[in-house]
Amino acid sequence: MTSNIVIISMASMGGIGAVLSLFLAYADKKLKVEEDPRIEALLNILPNTNCGGCGRAGCRVFAEALIQGNASVSGCVAGGQAVADNIAKYLGVEAGNATRILAVVLCRGGDRETLKNAVYKGERTCVAANLTGGEKACIHSCIGYGDCVAACKYDAMTMNDNGLPVVFYDACIGCGACARACPRNIIEMHPAEHKLFNYCRNKDKGAVARKICTVSCIACTLCVKDCAVEGGIEMKDNLAVVNYDKCPQDDQPTKRCPTTCILFGEEEKMTKEAYYASLPKKAV
Amino acid sequence: MKLILIFISASLINNFVLTYFLGICPFLGVSNKTENALNMGLATTFVMTLTAAVTWPIYTYILVKFNVPFLQYVAFIIVIAALVQFVEMYIRKSSPALYRALGIYLPLITTNCAVLGLALFMVLREYNYIESTIFGFATGVGFTLAILMMSGIREELEFADVPEVFQGVSITLIVAGMMALAFMGFAGLIRG
Repeated sequence: MTSNIVIISMASMGGIGAVLSLFLAYADKKLKVEEDPRIEALLNILPNTNCGGCGRAGCRVFAEALIQGNASVSGCVAGGQAVADNIAKYLGVEAGNATRILAVVLCRGGDRETLKNAVYKGERTCVAANLTGGEKACIHSCIGYGDCVAACKYDAMTMNDNGLPVVFYDACIGCGACARACPRNIIEMHPAEHKLFNYCRNKDKGAVARKICTVSCIACTLCVKDCAVEGGIEMKDNLAVVNYDKCPQDDQPTKRCPTTCILFGEEEKMTKEAYYASLPKKAV
Repeated sequence: MKLILIFISASLINNFVLTYFLGICPFLGVSNKTENALNMGLATTFVMTLTAAVTWPIYTYILVKFNVPFLQYVAFIIVIAALVQFVEMYIRKSSPALYRALGIYLPLITTNCAVLGLALFMVLREYNYIESTIFGFATGVGFTLAILMMSGIREELEFADVPEVFQGVSITLIVAGMMALAFMGFAGLIRG
Protein backbone atom coordinates (compact mmCIF):
# COMPACT_ATOMS: atom_id res chain seq x y z
CA MET A 1 0.00 0.00 0.00
CA THR A 2 2.80 2.38 0.95
CA SER A 3 4.59 1.64 -2.30
CA ASN A 4 1.38 2.45 -4.10
CA ILE A 5 1.24 5.93 -2.56
CA VAL A 6 4.86 6.50 -3.48
CA ILE A 7 4.18 5.56 -7.09
CA ILE A 8 1.05 7.70 -7.26
CA SER A 9 2.86 10.68 -5.73
CA MET A 10 5.77 10.41 -8.10
CA ALA A 11 3.52 9.95 -11.11
CA SER A 12 1.19 12.83 -10.26
CA MET A 13 3.96 15.29 -9.40
CA GLY A 14 6.00 14.20 -12.40
CA GLY A 15 2.95 14.54 -14.60
CA ILE A 16 2.11 18.05 -13.35
CA GLY A 17 5.75 19.06 -13.69
CA ALA A 18 5.99 17.68 -17.21
CA VAL A 19 2.81 19.42 -18.39
CA LEU A 20 3.88 22.74 -16.87
CA SER A 21 7.39 22.53 -18.29
CA LEU A 22 6.03 21.75 -21.77
CA PHE A 23 3.75 24.78 -21.45
CA LEU A 24 6.66 26.98 -20.35
CA ALA A 25 8.89 25.70 -23.12
CA TYR A 26 6.22 26.60 -25.66
CA ALA A 27 5.68 30.02 -24.06
CA ASP A 28 9.43 30.64 -24.10
CA LYS A 29 9.52 30.03 -27.85
CA LYS A 30 6.50 32.24 -28.47
CA LEU A 31 7.53 35.10 -26.20
CA LYS A 32 11.22 35.20 -27.01
CA VAL A 33 12.72 38.66 -26.63
CA GLU A 34 15.36 39.67 -29.14
CA GLU A 35 18.11 41.40 -27.19
CA ASP A 36 20.96 43.45 -28.52
CA PRO A 37 23.86 40.93 -28.56
CA ARG A 38 26.27 43.78 -27.80
CA ILE A 39 24.82 44.10 -24.29
CA GLU A 40 25.82 40.53 -23.51
CA ALA A 41 29.29 41.11 -24.96
CA LEU A 42 29.77 44.27 -22.90
CA LEU A 43 28.59 42.48 -19.78
CA ASN A 44 31.36 39.96 -20.32
CA ILE A 45 33.89 42.80 -20.33
CA LEU A 46 32.44 44.61 -17.29
CA PRO A 47 33.25 43.38 -13.76
CA ASN A 48 29.57 42.42 -13.15
CA THR A 49 29.78 43.32 -9.50
CA ASN A 50 26.89 45.82 -9.73
CA CYS A 51 28.70 48.12 -7.32
CA GLY A 52 26.92 51.26 -8.50
CA GLY A 53 30.17 53.22 -8.75
CA CYS A 54 29.23 54.43 -12.24
CA GLY A 55 26.08 56.01 -10.83
CA ARG A 56 23.77 53.50 -12.49
CA ALA A 57 21.65 50.71 -11.08
CA GLY A 58 23.99 47.96 -12.25
CA CYS A 59 26.34 46.69 -14.91
CA ARG A 60 23.51 45.82 -17.32
CA VAL A 61 22.07 49.34 -17.17
CA PHE A 62 25.56 50.76 -17.70
CA ALA A 63 26.06 48.47 -20.72
CA GLU A 64 22.75 49.65 -22.22
CA ALA A 65 23.73 53.28 -21.64
CA LEU A 66 27.08 52.62 -23.35
CA ILE A 67 25.37 51.31 -26.46
CA GLN A 68 22.99 54.23 -26.58
CA GLY A 69 25.99 56.53 -26.21
CA ASN A 70 24.80 57.97 -22.90
CA ALA A 71 27.73 56.74 -20.84
CA SER A 72 31.42 57.46 -20.95
CA VAL A 73 33.59 54.53 -22.03
CA SER A 74 35.74 55.10 -18.97
CA GLY A 75 32.73 55.38 -16.67
CA CYS A 76 33.29 52.06 -14.94
CA VAL A 77 35.27 53.00 -11.81
CA ALA A 78 35.54 49.42 -10.60
CA GLY A 79 37.11 48.20 -13.84
CA GLY A 80 39.55 51.05 -14.26
CA GLN A 81 41.74 51.55 -17.30
CA ALA A 82 41.80 47.90 -18.40
CA VAL A 83 38.03 47.66 -18.72
CA ALA A 84 37.83 51.09 -20.36
CA ASP A 85 40.36 49.96 -22.98
CA ASN A 86 38.45 46.74 -23.66
CA ILE A 87 35.11 48.54 -23.99
CA ALA A 88 36.68 51.11 -26.31
CA LYS A 89 38.15 48.33 -28.42
CA TYR A 90 34.81 46.57 -28.63
CA LEU A 91 32.83 49.69 -29.48
CA GLY A 92 35.55 51.08 -31.73
CA VAL A 93 35.98 54.44 -30.00
CA GLU A 94 38.75 56.26 -28.17
CA ALA A 95 39.26 55.04 -24.63
CA GLY A 96 40.32 58.28 -23.00
CA ASN A 97 41.78 58.25 -19.55
CA ALA A 98 39.87 56.56 -16.81
CA THR A 99 40.30 58.52 -13.61
CA ARG A 100 40.87 56.30 -10.64
CA ILE A 101 38.65 57.31 -7.74
CA LEU A 102 39.39 56.44 -4.17
CA ALA A 103 37.73 56.77 -0.81
CA VAL A 104 39.43 59.08 1.68
CA VAL A 105 38.57 59.04 5.38
CA LEU A 106 38.78 62.66 6.50
CA CYS A 107 39.22 62.10 10.22
CA ARG A 108 42.33 61.10 12.14
CA GLY A 109 40.79 61.39 15.58
CA GLY A 110 40.94 57.82 16.80
CA ASP A 111 40.60 56.48 20.32
CA ARG A 112 44.05 57.81 21.26
CA GLU A 113 43.63 61.34 19.90
CA THR A 114 40.14 62.31 20.93
CA LEU A 115 38.42 63.09 24.17
CA LYS A 116 35.45 60.95 25.10
CA ASN A 117 32.63 62.53 27.04
CA ALA A 118 30.06 59.74 27.02
CA VAL A 119 29.66 55.99 27.24
CA TYR A 120 27.68 54.37 24.46
CA LYS A 121 26.13 50.99 25.13
CA GLY A 122 23.66 50.68 22.28
CA GLU A 123 23.75 48.99 18.91
CA ARG A 124 27.32 48.94 17.64
CA THR A 125 26.69 50.71 14.37
CA CYS A 126 27.58 54.28 13.45
CA VAL A 127 24.06 55.05 12.22
CA ALA A 128 22.58 54.12 15.59
CA ALA A 129 25.32 55.79 17.63
CA ASN A 130 25.03 58.96 15.57
CA LEU A 131 21.49 59.49 16.86
CA THR A 132 22.82 59.91 20.38
CA GLY A 133 26.03 61.68 19.38
CA GLY A 134 28.44 58.81 19.95
CA GLU A 135 31.17 58.55 22.55
CA LYS A 136 33.58 61.17 21.29
CA ALA A 137 33.27 64.79 22.26
CA CYS A 138 33.75 65.83 18.63
CA ILE A 139 30.41 65.54 16.84
CA HIS A 140 32.08 65.69 13.42
CA SER A 141 34.46 62.82 14.05
CA CYS A 142 34.55 59.20 13.00
CA ILE A 143 32.26 57.23 15.32
CA GLY A 144 34.40 54.15 14.87
CA TYR A 145 31.92 51.29 14.72
CA GLY A 146 32.75 50.47 11.10
CA ASP A 147 29.57 50.97 9.07
CA CYS A 148 31.87 51.84 6.17
CA VAL A 149 33.87 48.64 6.54
CA ALA A 150 30.64 46.65 6.60
CA ALA A 151 29.50 48.43 3.44
CA CYS A 152 32.72 47.67 1.54
CA LYS A 153 32.20 44.70 -0.75
CA TYR A 154 35.81 44.61 -1.96
CA ASP A 155 37.64 43.93 1.27
CA ALA A 156 39.35 47.27 0.83
CA MET A 157 38.75 48.64 4.33
CA THR A 158 39.34 47.61 7.90
CA MET A 159 39.22 49.19 11.35
CA ASN A 160 42.67 49.73 12.82
CA ASP A 161 43.68 49.40 16.47
CA ASN A 162 42.99 53.09 16.97
CA GLY A 163 39.30 52.70 16.06
CA LEU A 164 39.56 54.37 12.68
CA PRO A 165 38.78 52.94 9.25
CA VAL A 166 41.71 52.36 6.91
CA VAL A 167 41.24 52.36 3.14
CA PHE A 168 43.63 50.08 1.27
CA TYR A 169 44.99 52.15 -1.58
CA ASP A 170 45.51 49.17 -3.86
CA ALA A 171 42.18 47.47 -3.15
CA CYS A 172 39.74 50.41 -3.27
CA ILE A 173 37.83 50.52 -6.55
CA GLY A 174 36.02 53.77 -5.81
CA CYS A 175 32.41 52.55 -5.75
CA GLY A 176 31.55 54.99 -2.96
CA ALA A 177 29.57 52.53 -0.84
CA CYS A 178 31.52 53.51 2.30
CA ALA A 179 30.93 57.22 1.69
CA ARG A 180 27.18 56.58 1.48
CA ALA A 181 27.25 54.43 4.61
CA CYS A 182 28.96 57.04 6.79
CA PRO A 183 26.34 58.97 8.78
CA ARG A 184 28.76 61.86 9.36
CA ASN A 185 29.92 62.14 5.76
CA ILE A 186 33.59 62.10 6.65
CA ILE A 187 34.44 59.73 3.81
CA GLU A 188 34.84 61.48 0.47
CA MET A 189 35.53 60.14 -3.00
CA HIS A 190 38.55 61.73 -4.67
CA PRO A 191 40.48 61.13 -7.89
CA ALA A 192 43.87 59.53 -7.26
CA GLU A 193 45.60 62.78 -8.32
CA HIS A 194 44.33 64.47 -5.17
CA LYS A 195 47.02 63.90 -2.58
CA LEU A 196 46.72 66.79 -0.18
CA PHE A 197 43.94 66.46 2.37
CA ASN A 198 42.82 68.21 5.51
CA TYR A 199 41.96 65.23 7.66
CA CYS A 200 39.47 67.04 9.86
CA ARG A 201 35.81 67.93 9.59
CA ASN A 202 35.42 69.77 12.87
CA LYS A 203 33.77 73.13 12.27
CA ASP A 204 34.28 74.38 15.84
CA LYS A 205 36.60 77.29 16.63
CA GLY A 206 40.26 76.43 17.09
CA ALA A 207 40.33 76.49 20.89
CA VAL A 208 37.29 74.23 21.18
CA ALA A 209 38.47 71.83 18.53
CA ARG A 210 41.91 71.50 20.06
CA LYS A 211 40.53 70.70 23.49
CA ILE A 212 38.62 67.65 22.29
CA CYS A 213 41.03 66.30 19.70
CA THR A 214 44.80 66.57 19.30
CA VAL A 215 44.74 66.24 15.51
CA SER A 216 41.91 68.66 14.75
CA CYS A 217 42.07 71.58 12.37
CA ILE A 218 42.31 74.69 14.53
CA ALA A 219 42.02 77.14 11.63
CA CYS A 220 45.44 78.68 12.24
CA THR A 221 45.71 79.46 8.47
CA LEU A 222 49.39 78.46 8.28
CA CYS A 223 48.66 76.09 5.40
CA VAL A 224 46.74 78.83 3.59
CA LYS A 225 49.82 81.03 3.76
CA ASP A 226 52.19 78.22 2.80
CA CYS A 227 50.30 77.14 -0.32
CA ALA A 228 52.30 78.11 -3.40
CA VAL A 229 49.26 79.50 -5.17
CA GLU A 230 47.06 82.24 -3.82
CA GLY A 231 43.64 80.79 -2.97
CA GLY A 232 44.87 77.21 -3.28
CA ILE A 233 43.70 76.57 0.26
CA GLU A 234 40.87 78.51 1.81
CA MET A 235 39.32 78.77 5.26
CA LYS A 236 35.68 77.82 5.43
CA ASP A 237 33.79 77.17 8.68
CA ASN A 238 37.06 77.06 10.65
CA LEU A 239 38.40 74.40 8.30
CA ALA A 240 41.16 74.52 5.72
CA VAL A 241 39.62 73.50 2.40
CA VAL A 242 41.96 72.46 -0.41
CA ASN A 243 40.94 73.93 -3.75
CA TYR A 244 42.02 71.09 -6.04
CA ASP A 245 41.70 73.14 -9.23
CA LYS A 246 44.35 75.58 -8.05
CA CYS A 247 46.49 74.11 -5.30
CA PRO A 248 49.62 72.30 -6.50
CA GLN A 249 49.72 68.81 -4.98
CA ASP A 250 52.89 68.97 -2.87
CA ASP A 251 53.75 68.79 0.80
CA GLN A 252 54.55 72.52 1.12
CA PRO A 253 51.38 73.47 3.10
CA THR A 254 51.74 70.55 5.51
CA LYS A 255 55.11 71.47 6.97
CA ARG A 256 54.08 74.03 9.58
CA CYS A 257 50.71 72.46 10.56
CA PRO A 258 50.78 72.40 14.39
CA THR A 259 48.26 69.56 14.71
CA THR A 260 49.36 67.53 11.64
CA CYS A 261 45.81 67.43 10.37
CA ILE A 262 46.79 68.45 6.84
CA LEU A 263 48.90 65.77 5.23
CA PHE A 264 50.27 64.92 1.81
CA GLY A 265 50.43 61.53 0.10
CA GLU A 266 49.15 59.57 3.07
CA GLU A 267 46.63 57.53 1.11
CA GLU A 268 49.04 55.80 -1.27
CA LYS A 269 51.21 54.61 1.63
CA MET A 270 48.42 52.45 2.97
CA THR A 271 48.35 49.42 0.73
CA LYS A 272 46.93 46.19 2.04
CA GLU A 273 50.39 44.68 2.34
CA ALA A 274 51.80 47.71 4.13
CA TYR A 275 48.93 47.75 6.60
CA TYR A 276 49.21 44.12 7.59
CA ALA A 277 53.01 44.37 7.75
CA SER A 278 52.62 47.27 10.21
CA LEU A 279 50.57 45.21 12.64
CA PRO A 280 52.43 43.89 15.68
CA LYS A 281 53.41 40.25 15.36
CA LYS A 282 51.66 38.24 17.99
CA ALA A 283 53.26 35.19 19.55
CA VAL A 284 51.35 32.03 18.80
CA MET B 1 -24.80 36.17 -3.09
CA LYS B 2 -22.10 33.90 -1.72
CA LEU B 3 -19.76 35.04 -4.50
CA ILE B 4 -20.22 38.69 -3.54
CA LEU B 5 -19.60 37.82 0.07
CA ILE B 6 -16.42 35.95 -0.84
CA PHE B 7 -15.28 38.90 -2.90
CA ILE B 8 -15.87 41.49 -0.19
CA SER B 9 -14.49 39.21 2.49
CA ALA B 10 -11.24 38.44 0.66
CA SER B 11 -10.58 41.93 -0.64
CA LEU B 12 -11.57 44.05 2.36
CA ILE B 13 -12.48 42.33 5.58
CA ASN B 14 -9.90 39.57 5.53
CA ASN B 15 -7.45 41.46 3.39
CA PHE B 16 -4.44 39.15 3.03
CA VAL B 17 -1.85 41.84 3.58
CA LEU B 18 -3.46 43.80 6.36
CA THR B 19 -5.21 41.14 8.43
CA TYR B 20 -3.28 37.92 7.70
CA PHE B 21 0.07 39.71 7.17
CA LEU B 22 0.85 37.65 4.08
CA GLY B 23 2.86 39.08 1.19
CA ILE B 24 4.56 41.78 3.26
CA CYS B 25 7.77 41.64 1.22
CA PRO B 26 6.41 43.15 -2.03
CA PHE B 27 4.01 45.27 0.04
CA LEU B 28 7.00 47.10 1.53
CA GLY B 29 9.42 46.60 -1.34
CA VAL B 30 7.48 47.91 -4.34
CA SER B 31 5.25 50.46 -2.65
CA ASN B 32 7.49 53.50 -3.07
CA LYS B 33 5.89 54.61 -6.35
CA THR B 34 2.20 54.47 -7.17
CA GLU B 35 2.79 53.40 -10.76
CA ASN B 36 5.03 50.47 -9.86
CA ALA B 37 2.71 49.52 -7.01
CA LEU B 38 -0.26 49.36 -9.36
CA ASN B 39 1.65 47.25 -11.86
CA MET B 40 2.91 44.93 -9.14
CA GLY B 41 -0.64 44.64 -7.84
CA LEU B 42 -1.96 43.81 -11.30
CA ALA B 43 0.76 41.21 -11.92
CA THR B 44 0.07 39.61 -8.53
CA THR B 45 -3.69 39.68 -9.13
CA PHE B 46 -3.15 37.94 -12.46
CA VAL B 47 -0.97 35.27 -10.88
CA MET B 48 -3.40 34.81 -7.99
CA THR B 49 -6.45 34.39 -10.24
CA LEU B 50 -4.63 31.92 -12.44
CA THR B 51 -3.28 30.08 -9.41
CA ALA B 52 -6.77 29.60 -8.02
CA ALA B 53 -8.08 28.55 -11.42
CA VAL B 54 -5.28 26.04 -12.03
CA THR B 55 -4.69 24.63 -8.55
CA TRP B 56 -8.37 23.87 -7.87
CA PRO B 57 -8.70 21.25 -10.65
CA ILE B 58 -5.28 19.82 -9.79
CA TYR B 59 -6.27 19.47 -6.16
CA THR B 60 -9.76 18.10 -6.79
CA TYR B 61 -9.15 15.88 -9.80
CA ILE B 62 -5.64 14.64 -9.12
CA LEU B 63 -4.67 14.94 -5.47
CA VAL B 64 -8.03 14.11 -3.88
CA LYS B 65 -8.93 11.51 -6.45
CA PHE B 66 -5.70 9.57 -5.97
CA ASN B 67 -5.87 10.10 -2.23
CA VAL B 68 -2.61 12.07 -1.94
CA PRO B 69 -3.84 15.49 -0.69
CA PHE B 70 -0.69 15.85 1.43
CA LEU B 71 1.10 16.71 -1.79
CA GLN B 72 -0.84 19.97 -2.01
CA TYR B 73 2.09 22.13 -0.87
CA VAL B 74 4.45 20.71 -3.48
CA ALA B 75 1.85 20.81 -6.22
CA PHE B 76 0.79 24.38 -5.44
CA ILE B 77 4.36 25.63 -5.34
CA ILE B 78 5.15 24.07 -8.72
CA VAL B 79 2.07 25.63 -10.26
CA ILE B 80 2.78 29.06 -8.78
CA ALA B 81 6.41 28.96 -9.91
CA ALA B 82 5.39 28.03 -13.46
CA LEU B 83 2.74 30.75 -13.60
CA VAL B 84 5.14 33.41 -12.34
CA GLN B 85 7.66 32.30 -14.93
CA PHE B 86 5.00 32.69 -17.58
CA VAL B 87 3.96 36.14 -16.35
CA GLU B 88 7.61 37.18 -16.29
CA MET B 89 8.11 36.12 -19.90
CA TYR B 90 4.94 37.88 -20.92
CA ILE B 91 5.80 41.17 -19.18
CA ARG B 92 9.34 41.07 -20.55
CA LYS B 93 7.93 40.74 -24.04
CA SER B 94 5.14 43.26 -23.71
CA SER B 95 6.69 45.97 -21.51
CA PRO B 96 10.46 46.03 -20.91
CA ALA B 97 10.12 49.21 -18.84
CA LEU B 98 7.71 47.52 -16.44
CA TYR B 99 9.96 44.48 -16.40
CA ARG B 100 12.86 46.62 -15.21
CA ALA B 101 10.73 48.57 -12.74
CA LEU B 102 9.47 45.42 -11.03
CA GLY B 103 12.98 43.99 -11.04
CA ILE B 104 13.62 41.32 -8.47
CA TYR B 105 10.07 41.54 -7.09
CA LEU B 106 8.61 39.86 -10.14
CA PRO B 107 10.28 36.47 -9.58
CA LEU B 108 9.62 37.05 -5.90
CA ILE B 109 5.88 36.61 -6.53
CA THR B 110 6.85 32.93 -6.60
CA THR B 111 7.71 33.07 -2.94
CA ASN B 112 4.94 35.53 -2.11
CA CYS B 113 3.23 33.72 0.71
CA ALA B 114 -0.06 35.42 -0.15
CA VAL B 115 -0.26 33.34 -3.34
CA LEU B 116 0.42 30.05 -1.58
CA GLY B 117 -1.83 31.14 1.29
CA LEU B 118 -4.64 31.77 -1.15
CA ALA B 119 -4.36 28.26 -2.59
CA LEU B 120 -4.30 26.70 0.88
CA PHE B 121 -7.23 28.77 2.19
CA MET B 122 -9.20 27.88 -0.90
CA VAL B 123 -8.79 24.18 -0.10
CA LEU B 124 -9.40 24.67 3.61
CA ARG B 125 -12.68 26.51 3.07
CA GLU B 126 -13.86 23.93 0.51
CA TYR B 127 -14.80 26.44 -2.18
CA ASN B 128 -16.07 25.16 -5.51
CA TYR B 129 -14.39 26.09 -8.78
CA ILE B 130 -16.19 29.39 -9.44
CA GLU B 131 -15.86 30.43 -5.81
CA SER B 132 -12.15 29.62 -5.84
CA THR B 133 -11.51 31.69 -8.93
CA ILE B 134 -13.47 34.62 -7.49
CA PHE B 135 -11.59 34.16 -4.22
CA GLY B 136 -8.26 34.27 -6.05
CA PHE B 137 -9.24 37.38 -7.96
CA ALA B 138 -10.61 39.09 -4.85
CA THR B 139 -7.42 38.34 -2.92
CA GLY B 140 -5.45 39.94 -5.73
CA VAL B 141 -7.73 42.98 -5.67
CA GLY B 142 -7.23 43.23 -1.91
CA PHE B 143 -3.47 43.04 -2.35
CA THR B 144 -3.55 45.70 -5.07
CA LEU B 145 -5.73 47.92 -2.89
CA ALA B 146 -3.38 47.62 0.07
CA ILE B 147 -0.19 48.21 -1.92
CA LEU B 148 -1.77 51.15 -3.80
CA MET B 149 -2.87 52.86 -0.59
CA MET B 150 0.54 52.22 0.91
CA SER B 151 2.31 53.73 -2.09
CA GLY B 152 0.07 56.80 -1.95
CA ILE B 153 0.93 57.34 1.69
CA ARG B 154 4.61 56.74 1.07
CA GLU B 155 4.71 59.29 -1.74
CA GLU B 156 3.28 61.85 0.68
CA LEU B 157 5.74 60.70 3.33
CA GLU B 158 8.62 61.76 1.08
CA PHE B 159 7.68 65.35 1.78
CA ALA B 160 6.63 64.89 5.37
CA ASP B 161 8.73 66.07 8.27
CA VAL B 162 9.52 62.68 9.78
CA PRO B 163 11.61 62.65 12.98
CA GLU B 164 15.09 61.38 12.24
CA VAL B 165 14.67 58.28 14.40
CA PHE B 166 11.67 57.09 12.38
CA GLN B 167 12.98 57.80 8.90
CA GLY B 168 12.99 55.08 6.27
CA VAL B 169 11.84 51.60 7.16
CA SER B 170 10.58 52.45 10.64
CA ILE B 171 7.96 54.96 9.52
CA THR B 172 6.93 52.60 6.71
CA LEU B 173 6.29 49.82 9.20
CA ILE B 174 4.43 52.17 11.52
CA VAL B 175 2.22 53.29 8.63
CA ALA B 176 1.61 49.64 7.69
CA GLY B 177 0.59 48.91 11.26
CA MET B 178 -1.82 51.84 11.31
CA MET B 179 -3.35 50.70 8.03
CA ALA B 180 -3.84 47.22 9.47
CA LEU B 181 -5.49 48.83 12.48
CA ALA B 182 -7.81 50.81 10.22
CA PHE B 183 -8.75 47.66 8.32
CA MET B 184 -9.74 46.05 11.61
CA GLY B 185 -12.74 48.36 11.36
CA PHE B 186 -14.15 46.11 8.66
CA ALA B 187 -14.05 43.09 10.95
CA GLY B 188 -17.47 41.85 11.94
CA LEU B 189 -19.11 43.35 8.85
CA ILE B 190 -19.85 39.83 7.60
CA ARG B 191 -18.81 36.34 8.55
CA GLY B 192 -16.21 34.53 6.48
